[in-house]
Amino acid sequence: MSPSPLSSALTIVAHSVREGVRRRVFLAVLALTVAFLALYGLGAHFVFRDAREFAGGEQGILDPHAFAGATIFGLAMFATLFLGAVLAVFLTLGAVRGDAESGLLQPLVVRPIGRTTMLLARFGGAAGLSAAYVVIVYLAAAALTAAIGDWSPDHLLGPALGLALAVAIIAAISLLLSVLLPVTAQGIVVFMVFGAGLTAGLLAQIGNAIDSDSLHTIGRAASWALPFEGLYAAGLHALISETTGLTGVVLQLGPFGGSEAAAPGLIAWAVVYMLGVLALAAFAFSRRDL
Amino acid sequence: MPAAVLAVEGLRKEYRGQPALAGVDLEVGAGELVGLLGPNGAGKSTLTKIACGLVRPTAGRAEVLGRPAGSPPARAALGYLAELFRFPGWCSAEELLALHQRLTGSTGGAAERAELLGLVGLGEAAEKRVEAMSKGMQQRLGIAQALVGSPKLLLLDEPTSALDPVGRRIVRGLLEGLRERGVAVLLNSHLLSEVELVCDRVAIIARGRLVRAGTPAELAGAGGVEVETDAGVRLVEGAGREDAPRIVAELVAAGERVYRVEVRHSSLEDVYLEAVGGETG
Repeated sequence: MSPSPLSSALTIVAHSVREGVRRRVFLAVLALTVAFLALYGLGAHFVFRDAREFAGGEQGILDPHAFAGATIFGLAMFATLFLGAVLAVFLTLGAVRGDAESGLLQPLVVRPIGRTTMLLARFGGAAGLSAAYVVIVYLAAAALTAAIGDWSPDHLLGPALGLALAVAIIAAISLLLSVLLPVTAQGIVVFMVFGAGLTAGLLAQIGNAIDSDSLHTIGRAASWALPFEGLYAAGLHALISETTGLTGVVLQLGPFGGSEAAAPGLIAWAVVYMLGVLALAAFAFSRRDL
Repeated sequence: MPAAVLAVEGLRKEYRGQPALAGVDLEVGAGELVGLLGPNGAGKSTLTKIACGLVRPTAGRAEVLGRPAGSPPARAALGYLAELFRFPGWCSAEELLALHQRLTGSTGGAAERAELLGLVGLGEAAEKRVEAMSKGMQQRLGIAQALVGSPKLLLLDEPTSALDPVGRRIVRGLLEGLRERGVAVLLNSHLLSEVELVCDRVAIIARGRLVRAGTPAELAGAGGVEVETDAGVRLVEGAGREDAPRIVAELVAAGERVYRVEVRHSSLEDVYLEAVGGETG
């Protein structure tokens, strides 16, 4: 009797995980992540120390401690998103056309598993690993920030879940592109999409700072068109949403501070968007001759 | 003919307006071994890929055990080895077969894996990684992989292209064993001698059409009967061994003296070359 779709999907996920272990992918990721966190810890140490010296021990209208903590942790959040996006893209690189062109895919697809289950299994594996990765790195960076500078974000878990959903969306986009494009083009396009999203987010930041409605509208439209950026920006905002006074204002205008809270319906839209991208990928895959 | 395990009728496939298959009818029965011959680009691989659901036909019907090709029950009934395939280099032979056992729902376990590896002469290479195997070993592993889960239909696209003579003999013995177990096999090959040796029937495809079909004996046996009489040597075209007594009797009755009768055989290669018109892809 043929196995159930869930059982087949778990078989593919387990196969991918075993490949990651055997090819020492996870070992390399772990080593680089430890290096990143060490660098982050060193940077946080100097940021907190120099911010205190900069303040000269006097209490001004700007809270140097909160400013240092939010800025360095905002940087950590950006780096975590970037590392998670790299992981999501590489775990889905060549998943359909690339593997089909090399002859890896056909022996698996002719099995009873079916194309949609195969695609969802690849997504589940890549998105699950990438999401778990960003949550772990984010929480590790938060723990380091608290230990080194005695600073914690105003909201801890919301931004972590936003990051997890953001990299899952990137994995879905990358998977769709793997059905449509050859490997190299897939990698290039998905990173260009990622970069475009972040650039649009920065444009919105600038728009807010100089009170430009046009830039602000462009930024908001990009957040909805590429919701991983909206989730990231909303996460940055949540880190400092309770910080008041000039410190809060300055942080919101900075590159690692979000000026806007999550728009109503953003998370629901992000989930619908991800499912829509996956449905499109499954449809395109079902029509593709291998 | 036994009940059709693979049935193809009026099958057409176009790639961007270019016909790859232009209306092919073919059946493969249980325990039957059918060889598919044709030049490169004739449509052999396309036909095989449609049968296992990798390619969607433009028109026509393809069924496996009465179910549409590519449907889950059809896929569950077949094993396939592509002409161009690759297995993950980090996998051992044992791990690869275990993966396909899980995907087919096979309950054969270690005994099935050991049996299949033994069948293809890889019994000693169970722990060897794919990347450490020769191309020939990988091809034999591919055949073992296609046999996981005891398929009713085996689709093999050039399964011996990378094999040495010993490997080919192993595969030939394996195919003959499958026939006894009632497995239907569609074998794409350029090796006419191999097809002639193992196949029950041969189908020749050229330019997307089935141009000749029959048993190797039927195809190769119609070379005519050559007769030498007082009037000289003549060839009775299309006649076979069973026609020789009648031909001689007719000549004698007509008053001719017959000195020599020879039943001529054309080889499968002659038939193939005639059928494809010297075409090569």
